Amino acid sequence: MRYLPHTSEDIAEMLKVAGAADLDDLFSSIPDDCRFKGELNLPEMTEWELNSHMADLASQTAVMPEYKVFIGAGSYNHYIPATIPYLINRSEISTAYTPYQPEISQGTLQTIFEYQTLTARLLGMETANASMYDGASALAEALLMAIRIEKGKKKTVAVSSLVHPMYRKAVETYFTPTDFKIVELPYLADGTTDISGLEKIGDLAAVAVQSPNFFGCIENIKSASDKAHNLNALCVTCFTEPLAFGLIKNPGSQGADIVCGEGQSMGIPQSFGGPGLGMFASLNKYVRSMPGRLIGQTTDLDGKRGFVLTLATREQHIRREKATSNICSNQGLCATMSAMYMASIGQTGIRQLAQINHDKTEYLKSELEKAGMQIPFKRAVFNEFVVKFPQGFETKYKELIKNKIVPGIPLESYYPDLKDHYLLCATETISKSDMDELVKEVKS
Amino acid sequence: MKQSSGTRGLIMNEPLLWEKGKKGRCGISIPKSDVKSSSMDKEFLGDPPDFPDLSEVDVVRHYTRMSQWNFGVDTGMYPLGSCTMKYNPKINEKQAALPGFAGAHPMLPPELSQGTLKLMYDLEKYLCEITGMNAATLQPAAGAHGELTAMLLFHACLKKRGQKRNKILIPDTAHGTNPASASLCGFKSIPAASNEQGVLSPETVATLMDEDTAGIMVTNPNTLGLFEENIKKIAEIVHNKGGLVYCDGANLNAVMGIVKMGSIGIDAIHLNLHKTFSTPHGGGGPGAGPVCVTKELEPFLPVPRAVKKGDAYELKYDYPDTIGRIHAFYGNFGILIRAYSYILSMGKNLKTASQYAVLSANYIKQQLKPVLHLPYDRPCMHECVFTDKFQEPYKITTLDMVKRLMDYGFHPPTIYFPLVVSGAIMIEPTDTESKENIDEFIQAFKNIVKEACETPELLKNAPSITKVRRLDEAAAARKPCLCG
Repeated sequence: MRYLPHTSEDIAEMLKVAGAADLDDLFSSIPDDCRFKGELNLPEMTEWELNSHMADLASQTAVMPEYKVFIGAGSYNHYIPATIPYLINRSEISTAYTPYQPEISQGTLQTIFEYQTLTARLLGMETANASMYDGASALAEALLMAIRIEKGKKKTVAVSSLVHPMYRKAVETYFTPTDFKIVELPYLADGTTDISGLEKIGDLAAVAVQSPNFFGCIENIKSASDKAHNLNALCVTCFTEPLAFGLIKNPGSQGADIVCGEGQSMGIPQSFGGPGLGMFASLNKYVRSMPGRLIGQTTDLDGKRGFVLTLATREQHIRREKATSNICSNQGLCATMSAMYMASIGQTGIRQLAQINHDKTEYLKSELEKAGMQIPFKRAVFNEFVVKFPQGFETKYKELIKNKIVPGIPLESYYPDLKDHYLLCATETISKSDMDELVKEVKS
Repeated sequence: MKQSSGTRGLIMNEPLLWEKGKKGRCGISIPKSDVKSSSMDKEFLGDPPDFPDLSEVDVVRHYTRMSQWNFGVDTGMYPLGSCTMKYNPKINEKQAALPGFAGAHPMLPPELSQGTLKLMYDLEKYLCEITGMNAATLQPAAGAHGELTAMLLFHACLKKRGQKRNKILIPDTAHGTNPASASLCGFKSIPAASNEQGVLSPETVATLMDEDTAGIMVTNPNTLGLFEENIKKIAEIVHNKGGLVYCDGANLNAVMGIVKMGSIGIDAIHLNLHKTFSTPHGGGGPGAGPVCVTKELEPFLPVPRAVKKGDAYELKYDYPDTIGRIHAFYGNFGILIRAYSYILSMGKNLKTASQYAVLSANYIKQQLKPVLHLPYDRPCMHECVFTDKFQEPYKITTLDMVKRLMDYGFHPPTIYFPLVVSGAIMIEPTDTESKENIDEFIQAFKNIVKEACETPELLKNAPSITKVRRLDEAAAARKPCLCG
């Protein structure tokens, strides 16, 4: 095996030093009845066989540009600049571990410090951590953090029904073994969260709202946070499309206390849903309750600026039983990709690109409306929106797929009252002619 | 000794991103719009984020310089115990970058994602073959996420049995994240001390195990690099009291093809694909932490699960006892591709990898034993643990010694862990380091030990040739500056 450099001569010499008769003898401390005597039953391929096998598997997936995919729903097709895969594949970046030894990890450390800063600026928050697994687990951790901040005295969180359905499922899973409760907030006819019932919930630790929400609609975060604060609860907001903050008000400026979400949009491949990037930010006063790792600035012996992993007292390897977070691995490489993206696009670029995304969506929306489709939620949207197609659209949907167009996802399985409703997305990667083709096909 | 690898190169200074650039630059090509512009509702329109404006050259040079300040597995030997930093094969990167994988939307209808579903289905089978377990979930995004998933499975299983148990046993040689993962599920950690041999005694477990205890979280091989030789007996004790046995499988690299966890009484085990299965860890992640379980725990696995129906693959949600989802989609699929590619490249040679990992660790242990104190002088698995006890008279600590290793061109081993050993130095050479590299590492350590008594100031001032010298971590924690 080319990854295993040992020659038989090396093995013989090393065995001699180790005091073992043969390789098997090295495992003498494992009782005989714990040993597996057979051979692993696994396929084995040469590089040529592997290449063709993997190419075959990869070819069975519908991807752009062969297919026109109009799906967003938490995973977005945006152009990734060539510089990002090129730089991220520098092995000093990709093959480094958690920066436990800061003297030889300053690249990772400064990069993540910059990522934290750019993330905080994007979201309008004071502090961001070095990343979480994904948007869903970030939201679950944000709600647990809110309960922690309240010292466990308040045990209920209110979560909007327009938070990504899969994120809500993940929150439920995290909450199951605890005695914390989740109350789901209904939505209004305009496609935004109904927060009118909040007062009736006692014991409220936090309110969680997503904006843009699962229907693509922009929520009024300010009123949600005002109301939460009036009830002495925290306002947690989440997002699946951070590019929106190039155009719309960021959650921090609207009074959010904790902001989290999925950062895949910014320079990270979709990869069938992972790895992505859980972005996580809060106000400074809550930083010691924050889960995950943090990078801080300091100086070295000569007074030079440098960076280290910090506030580790909250972490498992020191306090074990008392740790507030079990996060050890995070999504460092994905955080680096998004930092590269934010650095590349800049303030000027993100505004322009966000505007183009908005323009494409509005175009598709209006063309579909002109073609007789219903747009049930009249709210301002970013990137994606809900369409009500005529009854029996399932047949058409299958036909379109045959023609290599994937016209969004059906919403009925997530919202049973939304039969024939589909969620569509148009980013900068969708051309006018792609959209015109979709409209033409839908109409016919 | 031949010339050591550590030396100086031209290391460039580089400011923070926002200390460079100029308003109006852009490092990205903004596409031309082919539709008319449409203004955002004034109520929601905000200011764009305060990002610096940089050109493409600025960005490329910035991150190239950042990379030059780092040490990776491709730079040199990275004997970071319990983290298994083995070589990351480049062919795996090629596979993960295939457009059909990288560009795949997770919510495509199953008929449009057969290849990705088949990969997940087969990878689960392979992981079950390697561990001897019955079923697996690929959803956990990291090792600690796998631990948490396993604890959620335990909780759900006990609840189904009508039991509410609130304690869990955690040996002092278990991984550091175990107690935190358990407490997220409402379990109180009960520490279980290992014996003078560095492993758990059945008697200890028998004393601690009662009807309020959900089970045990045992790391095997443990963080002293030792196989828990009483595991079968311990599992029996736990099972007899109605508890479940979880194995932290972060150290599986030592026992692939040698021990099947399913046959020694383990009910659930998580695997670190980024360690044992060689996927790059990118300065802290992403990882992937699949969990393999017995038949009894299978109904509780997260949904959706990739299943085969006839010749086709689909995602199945219909499992009434499932714990639910622990990831928005299906886990870190891009990492799963790399691990799958590694397994197919190796086949049954995975066992050889484990044998060489253990051979190298025992070789280092024997060679360094005369100069470093070895608290548990027993045959080790894939890692060995020393201490700084012999260096105490010279007031030289573990930290001083490993900082000096950097000057010789090595990444330091894991230090001050496991906590059960004072001044621990945990060395894991892995299966991919050649004898020459290992010999050079041993020689470097021997030189450092010699320097410790002859020229201790060399160690106190180390590292001396890195871009920055020892950093003030206390100041960073006292007055946190987390944002520029």
